[in-house]
Amino acid sequence: MMKNLLAKGYLWLLLALLYSPILIIMIFSFTEAKVLGNWTGFSFDLYSSLFSGGMHHSLTNALINTFVIALIAASVSTMLGSIAAIGIYNLKSRTRATMNFVNNIPIMNPDIITGVSLFLLFVSFGISQGFTTVVLAHISFCTPYVVLSVMPRLKKMNPNIYEAALDLGATPFQALRKVILPEILPGMISGFILAFTLSIDDFAVTIFTIGNEGLETLSTYIYADARKGGLTPELRPLSTIIFVTVLVLLIVINRRAEKQKQEK
Amino acid sequence: MQQTNFIIEVQNVSKYFGEKVALDNINLSVKKGEFVTILGPSGCGKTTLLRLIAGFQTASEGEIRISGQEITQTPPHQRPVNTVFQKYALFPHLNVFDNIAFGLKLKKLPSSIIEKKVKGALKMVGMTDYELRDVDSLSGGQQQRVAIARAIVNNPEVLLLDEPLAALDLKMRKDMQMELKELHKSLGVTFVYVTHDQEEALTLSDTIVVMSEGKIQQIGTPIDIYNEPINAFVADFIGESNILNGVMVKDKLVSFAGQEFECVDEGFGENMPIDVVVRPEDIYIFDPSDAAQLTGKVTSCIFKGVHYEMLVQTTTGYELMVQDYNYFEAGREVGLLVKPFDIHVMKKERTCNTFEGRLVDENHVEFLGQEFECMPVKDIEPGATVKVEVDFGRVILQDNEEDGMLTGDVNFILYKGDHYHLTVRSDWDEDVYVDTNDVWDDGDRVGITIAAEDIRVMQ
Repeated sequence: MMKNLLAKGYLWLLLALLYSPILIIMIFSFTEAKVLGNWTGFSFDLYSSLFSGGMHHSLTNALINTFVIALIAASVSTMLGSIAAIGIYNLKSRTRATMNFVNNIPIMNPDIITGVSLFLLFVSFGISQGFTTVVLAHISFCTPYVVLSVMPRLKKMNPNIYEAALDLGATPFQALRKVILPEILPGMISGFILAFTLSIDDFAVTIFTIGNEGLETLSTYIYADARKGGLTPELRPLSTIIFVTVLVLLIVINRRAEKQKQEK
Repeated sequence: MQQTNFIIEVQNVSKYFGEKVALDNINLSVKKGEFVTILGPSGCGKTTLLRLIAGFQTASEGEIRISGQEITQTPPHQRPVNTVFQKYALFPHLNVFDNIAFGLKLKKLPSSIIEKKVKGALKMVGMTDYELRDVDSLSGGQQQRVAIARAIVNNPEVLLLDEPLAALDLKMRKDMQMELKELHKSLGVTFVYVTHDQEEALTLSDTIVVMSEGKIQQIGTPIDIYNEPINAFVADFIGESNILNGVMVKDKLVSFAGQEFECVDEGFGENMPIDVVVRPEDIYIFDPSDAAQLTGKVTSCIFKGVHYEMLVQTTTGYELMVQDYNYFEAGREVGLLVKPFDIHVMKKERTCNTFEGRLVDENHVEFLGQEFECMPVKDIEPGATVKVEVDFGRVILQDNEEDGMLTGDVNFILYKGDHYHLTVRSDWDEDVYVDTNDVWDDGDRVGITIAAEDIRVMQ
């Protein structure tokens, strides 16, 4: 009994430690006090001023940039990653193992290293930093994750179904589109969502590739804002919204994964 | 043109996977409407041959023609053949109807015709009313029916079947065999069927092609293959058999198992060593009497459903397998009799090991990638290419591979009544044939030793 209580207490303490920061932000997003920590009564003012835009034009811009970058990066890396996964899957087993390993290195690599190396790459090729470089950078670190999430679907697939499609008169491209694609689509969607959240979330790589033309994403905006002294109060409702969005996406991914397991 | 009699012609086809030879100079012609079975143990190249015909792989050498058209390099989607795969390979994201309609939709047929054809195909395989079912919800047998329907709906000239029943349980397999045979009759399409199950092959086929190690061993009707196996491998692989060393004393008289028998074979010459095959069901077993050609003692008796399977140790020292409806318990003295036409005589492929070699000096000869000591060779120049002969019984196998002069893997084991005849694939990739009384297992790693006095060197 006592043991059980301790175990449960430990769990709740851990959860509290994990989630209290975000909870605090969420709670204080519903008050209009300028300084975090002061409660001046419940209100939706910060939410309405966040969406009314006007005075926080730069924040809205950062938000739009973030989502546009995430959308492009996730789409392109889903395409690249899926094609790469199919290619790797069809390699001979020895080369395949090597390629899988090579694919995993960028995932293990600290973001900061990826950021610095991309920065050096762009500089040495004389590419001026800005929107394009951020998108390219995000594509490059998202793609391995897509490969990773498509690969299991390919492995699960009956290898004969591609041949069966050819046998029934499909050209290799038709077989890819009509048979392989539907089979790996769940993996591609998971990969897309993963890439999307990774891109939104990223700071380390973005800061090195964003240049100084005034382009801001959410993470760089918040960073700059915090360094200027004091966070803009509107960041509190914004963080809340982003957190809830990511939470929903994660639930969707997990549900999908569970459903797939059950189907098996 | 004479060639048009055949729908499939495989000519001098070889397939290599790196160093490995999967198919070695295959020649095969299939008549239109025939049910041909390619039969062999796993790894014999039968599936590779089918995949070459389907176009999933291309031949390293040789030519394949379908309906007289050269298609060796044609991609699979342009060949007039359809395949039924071992693991069904249905498209899991499509329902039964869409699976079957897949090929027709690619041909852009009008949907009314597609629907008619799909319904027809479903009816043919006894799956009417299953159109809208999810393929995952079907049993193995039903999935295979859908796979067959998916293939035949395209009216292929040839239907290729790659062990289609291997994943089904015995009862279902028997039912499906009958249905396939019916289907073949009603469609009139050429079937090329790959299996490792000899019983299935005997049941279904018009023609059986027996393969082993990438080579065709024998092509013939099921009756031919069963009754007149061309070599010990075929005899051993198809059905149960007693394979013994024998000597053709003269025409219509053969000696084996320490006894002379009348037989129906002629033309082997006098005192010619041969292999004899006697099927266990062709040996009569009864209480000892004057009619007995051989006498012996039953050493084991197993009930097999329809018959009993008994091993009889003859007084002449051979072990024979006998199948009979009557029960003779272990330990009982019995007489055995074989009728002349039940004795099948096969020419021996070889009577001793023959190797290409090179004489190193008077006392040494090189073959199998190894230098062997031999008895002094006087009349041949050192360095000359020579023929080396070693009797089967003089090759010594050792458990411990380091003890041997060279090493190899036991590849094929044939019981010859009083000894085992092994094929050992040496690491030099040449086969060494060994007669031994010791029991070895397929795949055993062995050391091989040959004594100097057992090596015969010839020009």
